[in-house]
Amino acid sequence: MKAANVPAKVWLLHAAVILLLAALQFLLPAYHHGVLARIMVLAVFAMGYNLLYGYVGLLSLGHAMFFSAGLYGAGLTMLHLGWGVPAGFVAGIAAGAVLALVIGLLALRTTGVAFMIVTMMFAQVFYLMTLYYGDWTRGDEGFVLPQPVRAIAIGDWRLDLSDPSTRYWAAVALFSIVLVITAAIARSRYGRVLVAIRENEERTRMLGYDTFVSKLVAVTISGTICAASGAGYAVLFGYVGSTFASVQYSILPLLWVLVGGAATTLGPLLGTLFMYYVIDIASGYTTAYLLIVGVALILLVLFFPKGVLGSIRARWIGWLP
Amino acid sequence: MTPLIATHGLSRNFGGLKAVSDVDFAILPGEIRALIGPNGAGKTTFVSLIAGRLQPSTGTIAFDGHDITGMPAHRRVRLGIAYTFQITSVFANLTAYDNVALAVQRTHDDDNHRRGARAFHRAVMSALERTGLAERAEQLAANLSYGHQRLLEVAMGLALKPRLLILDEPTQGLSDSEIENFIVLVREIAAQATVLLIEHNMDCVMRLADRITVMEAGRILAEGVPEAIRANAEVQRAYLGTVADG
Repeated sequence: MKAANVPAKVWLLHAAVILLLAALQFLLPAYHHGVLARIMVLAVFAMGYNLLYGYVGLLSLGHAMFFSAGLYGAGLTMLHLGWGVPAGFVAGIAAGAVLALVIGLLALRTTGVAFMIVTMMFAQVFYLMTLYYGDWTRGDEGFVLPQPVRAIAIGDWRLDLSDPSTRYWAAVALFSIVLVITAAIARSRYGRVLVAIRENEERTRMLGYDTFVSKLVAVTISGTICAASGAGYAVLFGYVGSTFASVQYSILPLLWVLVGGAATTLGPLLGTLFMYYVIDIASGYTTAYLLIVGVALILLVLFFPKGVLGSIRARWIGWLP
Repeated sequence: MTPLIATHGLSRNFGGLKAVSDVDFAILPGEIRALIGPNGAGKTTFVSLIAGRLQPSTGTIAFDGHDITGMPAHRRVRLGIAYTFQITSVFANLTAYDNVALAVQRTHDDDNHRRGARAFHRAVMSALERTGLAERAEQLAANLSYGHQRLLEVAMGLALKPRLLILDEPTQGLSDSEIENFIVLVREIAAQATVLLIEHNMDCVMRLADRITVMEAGRILAEGVPEAIRANAEVQRAYLGTVADG
């Protein structure tokens, strides 16, 4: 639409990021190798959140429920019904998609602050349900998916997702697929409509768009992506607990997206990476690590008000996706 | 001939205020109709009822003979009713190109066969060219001058390929030369669409309108060809009672 070479540059950048993540598999020491796999899975959560918050401008405080719908959808079916990894993973995504559709239908009757509160309330209901049905979920304590359950056997060939190397590849694959999906959505005509809704919903309606349907589709895609992250977390890291449904995990993706840059395709990854390591490093030095995290966030807001990539785009590199 | 728009007993109250009161109105296909009246006469409220931004308190609206009273705004746009806002309401953080593209892609997506990217680009540029904004395609709408933002509104309206284009005070903030271009543009638009124009610039109204409808206090005060309206004593009283230049 602008300079003709922009789409090529954008796709090259995405490809380079994916290649870099794949290459790090062979370069990183064991500890950081494991951390990065986790970050990539959580970045998927942030990308799902970014789709709704960054592009449509809908601030949800309840996305923990979509993540944990995926987490429990995969974890419970695998633990209690004996489903394998592929079936469990799909079950988790499906659970998140259905939940997002229903929540969207209800919550989109509100906007702004009311939308924040309604989504937070639904997420609290979800959280309390994970505690209430503790016989199956084991509540706060959670449960671990044993190693044999987390392996896929295709004939003689066995794919053990608890193996660090396999797990890393799986995380790269999940991250890459979702990155390409969100980048494609952002550049599509539908993506342009989402941005239009964020900028001026009334005007968008007066151009003939059914903005409710567009927003409902966005909530559903966003929730489905977050559920994919949750289901991925369950099968790759094997732990399922109600902490992931708590309000903290609704606020975290918001922070990751704000730090990295809302409405940028790579911001969620950068934000997740940054926050994870700041907490990780700071907690190594002091128990008051949240203080350091707070100072880091204040500095970021001062110097990068639109998030790291958002500010870089605004000041220097206009074509940044 | 079936009127393109016909309203019967159309009213809209805001609390105790009757902004639009029992209006029977019809506009024929191909017309340029000007809607004039003192500030607060209910002109914008009236066209908002037609466009579906507001729901009427009572009364009915028909488009091309079909009742559309309860139809949501976005579906009316798809039928061919385009509304350009009085208070400039472009997408400030998008380029002029993207603003128009949003209008174009909606009409394109409605076509069953998807037309190519080139046809899409041509449609966007054509709307920008007709409004004289082609050179500013890549500027952010927020950085355009007020007059150009008004023209961008018109370009978005054009790109919707409407059957009825409602222009709410389009020349506000335009320079004299821009108004001249605008008059030419509206005549061009009128070759394919019906135009309903709210306008305060009397020179513009007299030169463009086939017929003029005068509103006052939510009612239709007079309706007729420009000469008849100019000579109408009631209209003179309504205007002299408020703004002299009308």
